[in-house]
Amino acid sequence: MLPKLFFGYFAIVMIALSLAVITRRNPVHSVLWMLVLFFHIAGLYLFLNAEFLAAVQIILYAGAILVLFLFVIMMFNLKEELTAERFIGEWPIGVALGISILMLMFFSMSKITTGPPGQYTIEAIKAETHTKAIGKVLYTEYLFPFEIASLILLIAIVGAIVLAKKRG
Amino acid sequence: MGGAMVPLEWYIGLSAVIFIIGVAGFMIRKNIIIMLMSIELMLNAVNISLVAFSHYLQDLRGQVMVFFIITVAAAEAAIGLAILVSLFKNKAAVHTDEIIEMKG
Repeated sequence: MLPKLFFGYFAIVMIALSLAVITRRNPVHSVLWMLVLFFHIAGLYLFLNAEFLAAVQIILYAGAILVLFLFVIMMFNLKEELTAERFIGEWPIGVALGISILMLMFFSMSKITTGPPGQYTIEAIKAETHTKAIGKVLYTEYLFPFEIASLILLIAIVGAIVLAKKRG
Repeated sequence: MGGAMVPLEWYIGLSAVIFIIGVAGFMIRKNIIIMLMSIELMLNAVNISLVAFSHYLQDLRGQVMVFFIITVAAAEAAIGLAILVSLFKNKAAVHTDEIIEMKG
């Protein structure tokens, strides 16, 4: 009973926070609501026994990506933003489309069949510690995708500098 | 531990709802910054479902996938915001209806 109550709290708060993110007039408020949302997602990861991912979620999303968003928002004229129209004129079509896709997802959800369980039971992960277990999988089975991820980050660094530098 | 006492469908349903909120936000807002944040919302929704599946199937591959999604999200945010900065330098516009060069 208690886990369900816990999950219910997280679900309701997370849905309310996501709605707040997309409806606030002031982008700074949106970013701050998103910060609270990311902390809740990290809590849900802890609930699912993914401690390392919870830490990464807070350090990377809350610490790096949201700060980047805040920096960019500071460059814009917020005075104008506070009086401008928030939504496009055709917003009911967008909402209707979203709700219909959601219906489709919920109808197809009853057809989910899970495959056979793997070898990483909670006891096995606890004996090895979560960070070590995930590191083993990442650096053996997923070594090549890991290298590609580093290349993606390099491209992001170079691309951001090229795009943001002064025209020479 | 505690997470397995909740049915898997609940996590997937929560993930679907947050994903759709992100989709709707991307479609209905005028401000490009909020549209980029909606993309982050969608990526996070997918991460929730991947971690839930990983927990229920007792397989760490789902969590490794979450790492790569976070990497791509960071790269996407950096590039997207850089494009936004150069757009703002050239046009001083952050609303999608003010960017009409391509006459679309």
